[in-house]
Amino acid sequence: MGFLHRLLAMIYKEALQLRRDRLTFAMMFGIPIMQLVLFGFAINNDPKGLPTAILASDHSALTRALISTIGNTGYFSFSNAVATEKEADELLQRGAVQFIITIPGDFTRKLIRRERAQIVIEADATDPATTSGALAAVDQAISQTLTREFSGPLAIYRTGESSAEVLLHRRYNPESITRYNVVPGLLGIILTMTMVMMTALAVTRERERGTMENLLAMPVRPIEVMVGKIAPYIVIGAIQVSVVLIAANILFGVPFVGSFTLFGIATLLFITVNLALGFTFSTISQNQLQAVQMSFFFLMPSILLSGFAFPFRGMPGWAQAIGEALPVTHFLRIVRGLMLKGASFEQIVGEVTILLLMLVIVSALAISRYRVTLD
Amino acid sequence: MNETQHAAIDVKGLVKRYGTRTVVDHVDLRLMPGRICGFLGPNGSGKTTTLRLICGLLTPDAGNGTCLGHDLITGRDAIKRQTGYMTQKFGLYEDLTIRENLDFVARVYLLDHVRDRVDRALERLDLASRQNQLTGALSGGWKQRLALAACVLHEPKLLLLDEPTAGVDPKARRAFWDEIHALAAEGITVLTSTHYMDEAERCHEIAYIAYGRLMARGTAEDIVAQSGLKAWLATGPGADKLAPLLRDVPGVTAAAAFGLTLHVCGPDEVALEAAIAPLRRDKTVKWEKSEPTLEDIFIHLMGQARDNAEAA
Repeated sequence: MGFLHRLLAMIYKEALQLRRDRLTFAMMFGIPIMQLVLFGFAINNDPKGLPTAILASDHSALTRALISTIGNTGYFSFSNAVATEKEADELLQRGAVQFIITIPGDFTRKLIRRERAQIVIEADATDPATTSGALAAVDQAISQTLTREFSGPLAIYRTGESSAEVLLHRRYNPESITRYNVVPGLLGIILTMTMVMMTALAVTRERERGTMENLLAMPVRPIEVMVGKIAPYIVIGAIQVSVVLIAANILFGVPFVGSFTLFGIATLLFITVNLALGFTFSTISQNQLQAVQMSFFFLMPSILLSGFAFPFRGMPGWAQAIGEALPVTHFLRIVRGLMLKGASFEQIVGEVTILLLMLVIVSALAISRYRVTLD
Repeated sequence: MNETQHAAIDVKGLVKRYGTRTVVDHVDLRLMPGRICGFLGPNGSGKTTTLRLICGLLTPDAGNGTCLGHDLITGRDAIKRQTGYMTQKFGLYEDLTIRENLDFVARVYLLDHVRDRVDRALERLDLASRQNQLTGALSGGWKQRLALAACVLHEPKLLLLDEPTAGVDPKARRAFWDEIHALAAEGITVLTSTHYMDEAERCHEIAYIAYGRLMARGTAEDIVAQSGLKAWLATGPGADKLAPLLRDVPGVTAAAAFGLTLHVCGPDEVALEAAIAPLRRDKTVKWEKSEPTLEDIFIHLMGQARDNAEAA
């Protein structure tokens, strides 16, 4: 009897405390719902409508039919018609397009002469998962077109399955090695996870332990508190990055073809954005538990919607919009660009500017939320 | 003390509200340099809030004044630089050593000769022997000395102490107060909140606050004299057990047993005598007139403040 009463007393007390802790309560229901929505609606492992540049030097009725059939597979969206190879390459390296489809000038002629005709598809294979569905669809589209176009009296040109072939170039990651894609992404995720949480905890700890009041009574300015709290973690973040990079190279042979200087600058910027974000969280949360919960709540979309775990272009518009608002999304593009594609400064400057903008906004928010008084 | 000298604290009509609750209600406080003022009042009466208003940690909703000659609101930074504030809860870093904590404080105040200053502070407050110990492992008395060392390190002109001796043993408390008097002798002004009557009596002057209102102000003798309270002392077998019989009797403010004696007080001499008259029939207990204590007065003032608050 005593056991049961004591147990009930304990359960009742726990339930009371749980009910008072609103954030935990919200998290327990919020997180499953968020996961359900993200996994259910946002994530798509077979992305369609991928931006594609067409470089067509052959303008026959046949090639037009071919292009339109490829378009009808739904996997490709012909976003750019380009005139030169250089122009197309630039788009691919910048990440503006996922594919370049090149139709050589002699394509139709060769087909009619019953020679082997080739279409060249260059895919940005930094993320192999994004391209695999689309590439599988192309072959079928071609044979379908030829069968349809060479019918009736033209059937004599039909030479069997292999009359036109697709020459596939998987650029930047020719062997489609998934970890080439995962490792740079992981850098972003690791930094997001540790940096945001560390600073969120660092300031909340002051409040929870009662040292904040003492700190506020001393002549130290908000900017000094903020930068002072953040700076040690920048060093920690830099060490983390070096360790991951070296290990990735030694253990998995992940290449690094771009500029280390650019990488260093972008990484420092990204780390700082995360720290400022963590600082902002800490000005909102009441205790360390809440700070951890908030960091976790932020980390989840960072993993799911940034293009780290699932193809970014496979997500619906609203999910992409959320993804664009996350720093890690932009960092991921920069790092993949630099490590795998050897991107130039001009090619990443757009993403860097966005990170810079985020830093300014988040820092302003953090400083405006930090109180010099206890009001 | 000459009249032209500037007051260390001179605030008028301070008001602080949290929502609909007025925590500090038109408090005026004037304190001359080098004086020690005991700030007394029940829990939740607004002592901590008043201290925070004075040192710039909170912005008053109304009222104004100066602290060390600087405006309470616009001179906040200047006040912070010249004031040492000791928080009620230990406010230094438990995962730093004594010396590391003091080093940090010294650097934040941009002090020169950090090493020497910290050495001297350690020496003065007898902390040197444990300077490299983590603060979290220290007992209450050591923590309190460290907190004091930290808030006098930058040689402030004003010390604001929020219940500095709560949970500290009598010997450490005495040593702490000796140090406070030594600091005051050097010209530092001290405003300290406390619940201990013996500490109140060690202050030069006292301010008593209840329900956010300042109820009494002056030296201990002034306050006793002004109170107009009358007291009786009963001694003899069973005197201490009479307290419950007198508690709710009209004319009695407080009836409390002290050891084997009983101390009774009330604001009106006639009413008080009438109240104890039935008990005086028992001749084994001896009754005599007595002086009201500070505690009697504070309990009486608290009752008054409550009646005021309820009437308002």
